[in-house]
Amino acid sequence: MENKKRIRVMTGNEACAEGAIAAGLRFYAGYPITPSTEIAEILAGLLPRIGGKFIQMEDEISSMGAVIGASLAGSKAMTATSGPGFSLKQENLGYASMAEIPCVIVNVMRGGPSTGLPTLPAQGDVMQARWGTHGDHPIIALIPNSVREIYDLTIRAFNLTEKYRVPVIILMDEILGHVNEKVILPSPDEYEVWNRVKPDVPPEEYLPYQETESGIPPFVSFGEGYRYHVTGLVHDQTGFPTNDSKEIVRFLERLNNKIDRYKDDIIEIDEEKDAGAKIGIFSYGSTSRSAKRSVIWAREKGIKIHSIRPKVIWPFPEKQIAAMAESVDFIIVPELNFGQIAHEVEWAARGSKAEIIKLNRIDGEPINPQQIFDVIIELDGR
Amino acid sequence: MFDYNKYLRLNKLPLIWCPGCGHGIVMKSILRAIDKIGLSNDEITMVSGIGCSSRLTGYVDFNTLHTTHGRALAFATGVKMVKPEMTVIVITGDGDATAIGGNHYIHAARRNIDISVILFNNNIYGMTGGQLSPTTPAGFNASTAPYGNVENSFNISGLAEAAGASFVARGTAFDALKLDKMIEKAIRKKGFSLVEAMSPCPTAFGRRNRLGNGSKMLKQLKDDSIPIAKAAKIPTEDLTDKILTGIVVDRDLPEYTENYQKLIDSLQDKSK
Ligand SMILES: Cc1ncc(C[n+]2csc(CCOP(=O)(O)OP(=O)(O)O)c2C)c(N)n1
Ligand code: SF4
Repeated sequence: MENKKRIRVMTGNEACAEGAIAAGLRFYAGYPITPSTEIAEILAGLLPRIGGKFIQMEDEISSMGAVIGASLAGSKAMTATSGPGFSLKQENLGYASMAEIPCVIVNVMRGGPSTGLPTLPAQGDVMQARWGTHGDHPIIALIPNSVREIYDLTIRAFNLTEKYRVPVIILMDEILGHVNEKVILPSPDEYEVWNRVKPDVPPEEYLPYQETESGIPPFVSFGEGYRYHVTGLVHDQTGFPTNDSKEIVRFLERLNNKIDRYKDDIIEIDEEKDAGAKIGIFSYGSTSRSAKRSVIWAREKGIKIHSIRPKVIWPFPEKQIAAMAESVDFIIVPELNFGQIAHEVEWAARGSKAEIIKLNRIDGEPINPQQIFDVIIELDGR
Repeated sequence: MFDYNKYLRLNKLPLIWCPGCGHGIVMKSILRAIDKIGLSNDEITMVSGIGCSSRLTGYVDFNTLHTTHGRALAFATGVKMVKPEMTVIVITGDGDATAIGGNHYIHAARRNIDISVILFNNNIYGMTGGQLSPTTPAGFNASTAPYGNVENSFNISGLAEAAGASFVARGTAFDALKLDKMIEKAIRKKGFSLVEAMSPCPTAFGRRNRLGNGSKMLKQLKDDSIPIAKAAKIPTEDLTDKILTGIVVDRDLPEYTENYQKLIDSLQDKSK
């Protein structure tokens, strides 16, 4: 019976909402926008049933603010949006990065810029996810490619944000948000749920931004007897603003090093390598589904392929791409934008002989397997 | 002598505020009101935006959250929803609350969420050096209105009332004792409450408009003030330059977090 309940036909947006609850989500704030709206609609129904809270805010700026406030008050918190709304989240997203407040931000990508193509898929926000807010800042971005993976990576997003105190972005797109797929959801004993590390010292000894060995300060919610100050200004270990240049450097280095230091733990890729492959493919999100099909066709023709699909796009799997670039002649990078990630792949492959082959589409249609297959055939003949 | 020390982070003094700034007077008023109610430091979360006034949260020993410009109410909404048992107080300026944060201000009042806003109205952007605020009176100079302000200014208490706040009052840094009472009532009141505290900014507003130093500006506040009850008998044309002080509205309206809890409870009952 229990098992049967876990076999479901659901959309990516549903999987995201339910995965979040499985991870412990108890607060959602958002503002409706296609193609992410269903996440809010589902959570408006689910959260109050389990004692959680849902609020439709007046815009995306306030949604992001409310999420940070809620997290600081002790709830696992999330917001979801798309295109224009993601732009509006950026200021307070930077605040979450700076003040190290755990939170999850879902961006169901649609065509841009501006109002763009509200009902059509795109992957044009991958760089915005990295650099959308001002200043050097740490960020983690996950990029699932199926409904089941959305469920899993949503749980992982919460685990990562709680562990590292870095905001985590989930990049979906219109196709993944709306596609129906049959899934078997994991039972709770099949996944881990991580929670923030609380201080083991009494309030008077607590330093909210302590330079611990791990680089991640223990985190206690407001209202638990540990009174402290949180600010978006550069601050010292006590949490209060500082202009001391030594302290500024120490803080910003610790903040940004959180990613560099733990990137091997954070990065997750799917890799398939045929021995002797001369053609590589680096694809992500819904586009990687087409890439997968084209690789099957290529193999049927006896063409060997080395493919990498990131499940985590930021931090970027540079090392893994560099290794692939050592053995292939070409790396095809199909994406629904003008080549944002191709530049990153080019940088990761620098010094190798691998040529980066861009394959782009920006008309609101997915890149289909045939398009990628045609490129494979052409490259195989070179 | 009132003991402010129990509420202050003494090692964070001196304050950044200029000599003659009204913000310190309003801060002390807030602390006296909190003491009168008998709240412990732990029970309070104080949230602020960005501006001279918003720097207050760095000096007081509560759970303090110094957010982004205009967004204090958004952050405070998240805190209050998760911990409705906490007393949530928002510290904000006229620019912070009604220009960049205007939308959040209106909607927090509309929801009537149980947050108390103490709005330091100095009719100018103090922190950034004297630019035009939505509350700069017509004709007055600002660095971005060098020929005098040609815009109309906001009645920010009226705005909160119209949007649906439970409690709205206006006081001044001159009459701090009255301000104490207003703030006390605001914090005690269930629902969205606003105290608009008129506070002189001699540095960025007074100097440019030849209004004199801080004490002269306080005196001006006294001269311009007129209690709401008294004002009711005076024709509106004669009140344009006046500051109407007192309780603008005090009413019982459904409160947001309570309504949400009722919703949760009703769903729990159904699932039994
Ligand atoms: C998004 C953003 N825009 C502009 C600023 C610059 N800024 C800081 S404080 C401020 C005005 C503050 O005025 P007010 O709220 O009236 O407070 P006061 O300083 O007068 O107490 C401005 C425009 C900012 N920090 N953030
Ligand atoms: S600039 Fe004005 S508001 Fe700011 S501290 Fe000085 S007097 Fe006060």
